[in-house]
Amino acid sequence: MPRLSYRRALTRALADELARDEAVFLLGEDIQVGASLVTTGLAKRFGTERIRDTPLSEQAFTSFATGAALAGLRPVIEFQIPSLLFLVFEQIVNHAHKFPLMTGGQCAVPVTYLVPGSGSRTGWAGQHSDHPYSLFAHAGVVTVVPATPADAYGLLVTAVRHDDPVVVFAPAGAMDVRDDVDELAPVPLGRGRIHRNGCDVTVVAIGHLVHDALAVAEELADQISVEVFDPRTLYPFDIGGLTESVARTGRLVVLDDANRSCGMAAEIIASVVERVRLLAPPRRVTRPDGAVLPFAPALDRAVQPGREQLVTAIHLTMKDTS
Amino acid sequence: MTDTDPVRLYRTVRLIRRFEERAVELVHGGQIVGGIHPYLGQEGIAAGVCAALGADDVLAGTHRGHGHVLARGADPARMLAELCGRVTGLNAGRGGSMHAADLSIGVLGANAIVGASGAIITGAVWAYRRRGRDTVGVSFFGDGAVNEGMLLEAFNLAALWRVPVLFVCENNGYATTMPVAGAVAGSIAGRAAAFDIPAVDVDGQDPEAVRVAASAAVDRMRAGGGPELIEARTHRFDAHHTFEHAVRLDYRPPDEVTRARARDPVRIQGERLTDTDRAAVDAEVEQTLDAAVRFALNSPEPDPADALRHLYASGLTARTGGG
Ligand SMILES: Cc1ncc(C[n+]2csc(CCOP(=O)(O)OP(=O)(O)O)c2C)c(N)n1
Repeated sequence: MPRLSYRRALTRALADELARDEAVFLLGEDIQVGASLVTTGLAKRFGTERIRDTPLSEQAFTSFATGAALAGLRPVIEFQIPSLLFLVFEQIVNHAHKFPLMTGGQCAVPVTYLVPGSGSRTGWAGQHSDHPYSLFAHAGVVTVVPATPADAYGLLVTAVRHDDPVVVFAPAGAMDVRDDVDELAPVPLGRGRIHRNGCDVTVVAIGHLVHDALAVAEELADQISVEVFDPRTLYPFDIGGLTESVARTGRLVVLDDANRSCGMAAEIIASVVERVRLLAPPRRVTRPDGAVLPFAPALDRAVQPGREQLVTAIHLTMKDTS
Repeated sequence: MTDTDPVRLYRTVRLIRRFEERAVELVHGGQIVGGIHPYLGQEGIAAGVCAALGADDVLAGTHRGHGHVLARGADPARMLAELCGRVTGLNAGRGGSMHAADLSIGVLGANAIVGASGAIITGAVWAYRRRGRDTVGVSFFGDGAVNEGMLLEAFNLAALWRVPVLFVCENNGYATTMPVAGAVAGSIAGRAAAFDIPAVDVDGQDPEAVRVAASAAVDRMRAGGGPELIEARTHRFDAHHTFEHAVRLDYRPPDEVTRARARDPVRIQGERLTDTDRAAVDAEVEQTLDAAVRFALNSPEPDPADALRHLYASGLTARTGGG
């Protein structure tokens, strides 16, 4: 079985889509040399017309991609740092996302926005460590956060083929994950994945936190049976799959590496309690409200949701059971 | 490719003029809700520029966008139906005045975000050319937009990658109530010069002059040149938006519009026609618009159950908000 890293899985997905469809092309900063190590070798293989280095003009090249999509191409943009999405939120949400409805169905805008290294890359501090996926889910833009190499491949391929804009968040904490991968295949949007079955509590973990949740589940295995649910896409969300899981376990804890207020964790809990009667109040482990990641490594870690907090939340949920 | 027929050019300015006047009436009558940004006085720019375009070319406009869409040849009846929010509208009633689009004739949409069209049109033209078409594009924007960073980023991309986009700045002297002199440091042509984009200044009140300048620019672009800029000096005869009739903003000298009206693009172009030709066009435009108003007002309203139809081109459906 070949071992594949998450980062390499993204490269494979881009290469396969570039080879499969002439309409696909890449735009981004320093992508010809592959500064992020995701686009390594692609310019050599597909040429600099299709792997286009851009000047530092995020707002213009994001809307350039919208125009190219209106003209029938399928652009993929790589963003060097996650906070650039704040800069181009307008171009994605106010233009790319709104065009099909505003034109009364006259067009499609199939652009993929790829953010390798989202969330904290230790030591990158306040302006490079955000994980702004909730904003896009809130706006209704298809939002994907793969946790494993196979899902990174499969979801990126699906994103490129999808007829609407899709933001793909590749968490920094997952980029070096390696896995035995038998078969690479597209992964459908809106379908979650149960990584581990359990019967006492469902833990929903997003992105790289899936691996922390699995480690905690293993650690608690002799006391508590933890089911680990990975939504894989945050919008559309697999509420059906999660409801089934929570209906079996009766308890819910969400682990989400983003700020607390109006975050994905809040949305997931609300959607579940609308549908399922729980045995104990649900809990969420997130970054604090309004968090800005401090620089010093110990402070950076203190702000991110961690395994101990998850263990505590699981224990509290078990204890709260009425 | 340029259409040099003065009668057709007159027809376009006259059509836009009467369309706008009828639309303002419909705003006051309550049939168009939300109001419009009238293009009255600026008709010569859209008409002159679009006369220089061919069938494969594309454009994107602004919140003051009716003229661009009509000059490109959109059906006035479906356009008016769009402003009235009817299913028969160009955008099936989902876009309204500020988003009117007709992709079948290369109108990638009016855009309500100031400065937004430049980058979109640059990407579209680049893509069409990659796909083997001989497309050139036009990005219309106002004097206010030249202070938006994204538009200047688009100038850079278009110049760097030699994408044939004609940037047309409709300098009507104001961004809402802000006069150009209070907003633009340096000059508009100077912004183009910074990117080595050739720029010309043209009298936007003269439809022929605009057509001549635009067709020269389009010819150079089609021969392999990069982007160009036209600064068309113009006046808007009416309010920034029809809401001004209710709020009475005081920002321009009372005689300014009176003086500006002395250079009316419809009259200037009309004087180039024989009286018979002009009368024939006027009558034909009137009939077209009578029919357009009837069509718009008799068209069905969209079904509220379909409010989010077309949200996703992929067919994805959104969760409902209630219950
Ligand atoms: C980015 C942005 N800022 C502000 C507005 C609000 N707004 C709408 S039209 C307008 C004035 C635009 O002036 P100009 O570009 O000169 O065009 P004109 O209205 O004169 O045609 C403003 C400020 C907007 N729509 N988009």
